[in-house]
Amino acid sequence: MQPDIVVIGGGTVGAAVAYGLAMRRQKVLLLDGDDGDFRAARANFGLVWLQGKGLDMPAYQALTRSSTELWRGFSDELEAESGIELFLEQNGGLAFCLGEEGLEKRRLDLLRLHNQRGGGEPDWEMLDRAALERLLPGVALGPKVAGASFGRRDGHANPLRLLAALHVALLRRGANVRHRARVNRIEPAGADFRLVLNGETLTAPRIVIAAGLGSSALARQVGLEVPLRPERGQVLVTERLARFLPLPASGLRQTDEGTIMIGATKDGHDFDVSTTTEAAASLSRKTTEIIPALAGVRLVRHWAGLRIMTPDSYPIYAESRSHPGAFVAICHSGVTLAAVHASLLAEAIAEGSLPDTFSPFHQRRFDVPQAA
Amino acid sequence: MFRKLHNPGSATVTIYIDGCAVTAEAGESIAAVMLRQPTGWSRTTSISQSPRAPYCMMGVCFECLVAVDGKGSLQGCLTPVRDGMRVTRQQGRRSLSA
Repeated sequence: MQPDIVVIGGGTVGAAVAYGLAMRRQKVLLLDGDDGDFRAARANFGLVWLQGKGLDMPAYQALTRSSTELWRGFSDELEAESGIELFLEQNGGLAFCLGEEGLEKRRLDLLRLHNQRGGGEPDWEMLDRAALERLLPGVALGPKVAGASFGRRDGHANPLRLLAALHVALLRRGANVRHRARVNRIEPAGADFRLVLNGETLTAPRIVIAAGLGSSALARQVGLEVPLRPERGQVLVTERLARFLPLPASGLRQTDEGTIMIGATKDGHDFDVSTTTEAAASLSRKTTEIIPALAGVRLVRHWAGLRIMTPDSYPIYAESRSHPGAFVAICHSGVTLAAVHASLLAEAIAEGSLPDTFSPFHQRRFDVPQAA
Repeated sequence: MFRKLHNPGSATVTIYIDGCAVTAEAGESIAAVMLRQPTGWSRTTSISQSPRAPYCMMGVCFECLVAVDGKGSLQGCLTPVRDGMRVTRQQGRRSLSA
């Protein structure tokens, strides 16, 4: 089968785009990497999150808001397509604040974001300790907790199930998936692209590069400079507990299975997914300051993943000017943005060009003239 | 099910399993004591609530999780008995307080 489009990268971003394309009757081939590759999808925290995001980039705030609004419909459709439950909850989310200063700082940060948004009702509010305690009746908060910000649109889902569901659903919609398919080279072949893999060559009229940290080297071959660096995030998970935390919080959530996820650090810029004792200690300390009783709970795993960071941390969505038909899609919030990737982004790629709503995310914002 | 081959004599201690007094030999594991009880299971699983009994007896399988003196999710096979110890069969997911 000659594909209409090849998506390079089978993580949460590439799989969401490929799923969206397959749902739009495109003949899709998804090239997934090797088990040993750096895969951000392994360390996703699972928040579907808006509050606090997009400082100095209102377009990112708007894109994130759209995705949180689209997520319920996306989840319903994907669950029906895949038969896999995603455990989406969008009942709001919290960011705990320590000390009155912490609470005030959070309020000012969110106010600044709200002002940059330029209108609309705030979708967040500040809760003092008494209000927070009413919201979390089963939780004994630590003495330093002064309150929290509450984001109405925030929520969470199971990120491992999301990735599995995308892969199942896109196969059912006729897409093909190739595993351990490393693209060594991309060459123009007339108006098409020739992808050179180990021992095989593929040709397609359009390609989407969504290969996470591996994207820079591929994008360069289609005329796009995509500056990326890894940022390590370490995560802890506890044994399963009876449900006590009714809402997810930034860095602390109880999963559908009962485990508590704690995270994540931003503590390294190397290609290194090892874990550190310092991180386990600091994450544990931070968490027991919020909920002291968690000190008696057992940790069962500590692991790390690498975020895909651009210079301003915001996504890159771009089509190459020199090589039309070649797109890149890169971000570090693949779960939150999955609903947009599977709908608006996939739609635009299927139609052949990105609309203006995506233009703030073009990589050209990082192109700096060589001489002043 | 299981029984001790010898009489521990003066090394006997008493522990309480779900409130029932049970004799044990100083130094043996909680899991070994539980295997001798008429109720064979020692916990129920956190997802399907199905009963489980001590299995590997060497700290690997985590089937023998019990609460001891209010502290949850201890491995019974790695925890020696102490006189007066209160052991609870752990049922389903732990609650945050225990």
